Amino acid sequence: MALTPEQIAVKTEELKAFIAEHKDMPGPLMPIMQFAQESFGYLSLENMIIIADSLGIPVTEVYGVATFYAQFSLTPKGDNIISVCQGTACYVKGGAQVLARVEKELGITSNETTEDGKFTIQDTRCLGCCGLAPVMTINEDVYGKLTADMIPAILAKY
Amino acid sequence: MTLEELKRIKAETLPQISMRHTHTVENETVYKHQVLICGGTGCTSSGSNKLIDEFYAQIKAHGIDNEVQIVRTGCFGLCELGPIVIVYPEGVFYAQCSIENVKRIVEEHIIGGNVIDDLVYHEKTTGEVKEKLSDMQFYKKQNRVALRNCGVVDPEKIEDYIAFDGYQALAKVVNEMTPEQVIDVMLDSGLRGRGGAGFPTGLKWKFASGNRGNVKKYVCCNGDEGDPGAFMDRSVLEGDPHSLIEAMAIAGYVIGADQGYVYVRAEYPIAVKRLTIAINEARKMGLLGKNIFGSGFDFDMEIRLGAGAFVCGEETALMTSIEGHRGEPRPRPPFPAVKGVFGKPTVLNNVETYANIPQIILNGAEWFKSIGTEKSKGTKVFALGGKIVNTGLVEVPMGTTVREIIFDIGGGIPNGKKFKAAQTGGPSGGCIPASLLDTPVDYDSLMAIGSMMGSGGLIVMDEDNCMVDIAKFFLEFTVDESCGKCTPCREGTKRMLEILTKITDGKGEDGDIEKLEELANTIKTSSLCGLGQTAPNPVLSTLRYFRDEYEAHVYEKRCPAGCCKNLLQVVIDPDKCKGCSLCSKKCPVGAISGQIKSPFVIDQSKCIKCGVCISSCKFGAIYKK
Repeated sequence: MALTPEQIAVKTEELKAFIAEHKDMPGPLMPIMQFAQESFGYLSLENMIIIADSLGIPVTEVYGVATFYAQFSLTPKGDNIISVCQGTACYVKGGAQVLARVEKELGITSNETTEDGKFTIQDTRCLGCCGLAPVMTINEDVYGKLTADMIPAILAKY
Repeated sequence: MTLEELKRIKAETLPQISMRHTHTVENETVYKHQVLICGGTGCTSSGSNKLIDEFYAQIKAHGIDNEVQIVRTGCFGLCELGPIVIVYPEGVFYAQCSIENVKRIVEEHIIGGNVIDDLVYHEKTTGEVKEKLSDMQFYKKQNRVALRNCGVVDPEKIEDYIAFDGYQALAKVVNEMTPEQVIDVMLDSGLRGRGGAGFPTGLKWKFASGNRGNVKKYVCCNGDEGDPGAFMDRSVLEGDPHSLIEAMAIAGYVIGADQGYVYVRAEYPIAVKRLTIAINEARKMGLLGKNIFGSGFDFDMEIRLGAGAFVCGEETALMTSIEGHRGEPRPRPPFPAVKGVFGKPTVLNNVETYANIPQIILNGAEWFKSIGTEKSKGTKVFALGGKIVNTGLVEVPMGTTVREIIFDIGGGIPNGKKFKAAQTGGPSGGCIPASLLDTPVDYDSLMAIGSMMGSGGLIVMDEDNCMVDIAKFFLEFTVDESCGKCTPCREGTKRMLEILTKITDGKGEDGDIEKLEELANTIKTSSLCGLGQTAPNPVLSTLRYFRDEYEAHVYEKRCPAGCCKNLLQVVIDPDKCKGCSLCSKKCPVGAISGQIKSPFVIDQSKCIKCGVCISSCKFGAIYKK
């Protein structure tokens, strides 16, 4: 869901307030970037410039950190985030087949977003509920003990 | 907070919750029943939050809400059978509890006083009814030290932790012991780091303890549990966060640090939430902050979130990440004890290591030493996963054999399949084949067979898993997670993955296996940090025990486990085929032909190995080889 200009203006003010409050703590960069990621859903170039300028560091440094960690995204994500676990426990129980089916159904590959902006697929290393392997989550909903055949019906709910 | 106040809170709270250990109601004025519901990530994923709501609704509807207490706890361990509900004082274990069952438990058990036989846990192997946790095969061989409070206390209530002797170790340390005495106890106990490498904790503390009071120092906790399939640290954070806070404060006192950082994976939202609540509660009670227990010792801590980089589990990378940089490791020395976070001396231990410490202080080094083997003391928590009946979390004394863990506690392999290998240590570890199942689990024995303790992930594989494919899986992981700073790891792992991909695609050539070995040994000796130095281990260890599988892929273009798709052939057994022609009608690419009533054949050049013919054959005549 794209943000409206009004929403962006509000969120930008919130980001600036958060920066002002945290810029003097030791090692402020990642917490601030995590706030921006959480609030906007991704790190836009504009926001990276705001962060860099307020902390007095080059934008390249912010960009370097953003591209190092999997959690940060430089592009907006879809309305529904599908995470298909590719941890070891899920892998030995067929997690790869589940991911392949999700990709086939949506016509995109991992870490891409559908054209209508409805779904983003992420392959994830271990969601931590190995008892339910293979697992995927769509937003906050957890689907466990999956087989590839179950995927179309699950996707249809969104 | 004074020691007297701490004792008063304990005296007030313990009678209310002691039934969870004693199985008797000691004080008639408080709750007659307690219903403990697992709120760990596993059970939450299978819907335990809805169960909790339903329990509240049911006890209210029956007017017994002042007699029954509902408690959301951390992990009980048997994640396979979640959501789990335990009813005290009896301690009856209800597994895979559904919303509909809640009404029955309230009416038949809590009000009626009858254990519900068809809902209670049944031993999977024998089918026997096991009412109580302590009777269950899964728990019998376990010894819970680090997990002692997980599934027993409400992690969001500091009083529960205090009731079971919480913060008494901290009170004892700051008021009665010198830092040197604490270090001596830690050294004497033989506690070694539970994060993988097994470095003696007491020694680490000793190195960082010099020049106390004159320099700024930090205490850090490594909660960046990145090994896929491992969830020991998460369970401690979710189930017993105060034990970590208490232990970090003790470490702070010992080295002379007043600030702690807990670095937790961002993928662990429940753990982060509970730890945040726990830190706030500890602050409110004066167990963190200024002048703790009136001793003049100050300590506070905060959480730093990881952002999805496996390499940040490496200590120098983790500290770089706390500082807000790309989480790249740096050469050691200088070690963190000399130059750590923000360039200051730092002690860094992992969550499970910390969880042991308050118990060691309270019960003494002798007690801790009495558990385990000569060189590996205490217990170790393992996350069992993969092809195993009882997926979950177990804590066993060091020296327990792999066989005991997998077959006695884990219940063996499901669906009558044969055990092939167990993988420990994740992307840094190796495989344990069937012939070595009687290896005792301790740091040195595992190292000797080419595996490692690691943080405690233990993934079981059966005959359907191809070991070359598993090695490839781990290499894909390390290639993905290599930070790119040093060449051997960045380039070398990539070349190894290319060779493995070639082999599993059926394009392996003579000399590939040797090339893999040479690369592996070079990467091991020349990489900068632990990630690169251990990245080749999954390949080396599978080569050591399953070389024949590699050779079958390379020389015979065959995958013995029937897993690598490009190497499979679907064939019809001419002795079993009745010539009914059903398979040829089902085949989507027209690859099957033959005369009615005589054996059919598959044209391998057309076959896409979809398997439709196998499932359609009524005589079981078609199979993959």
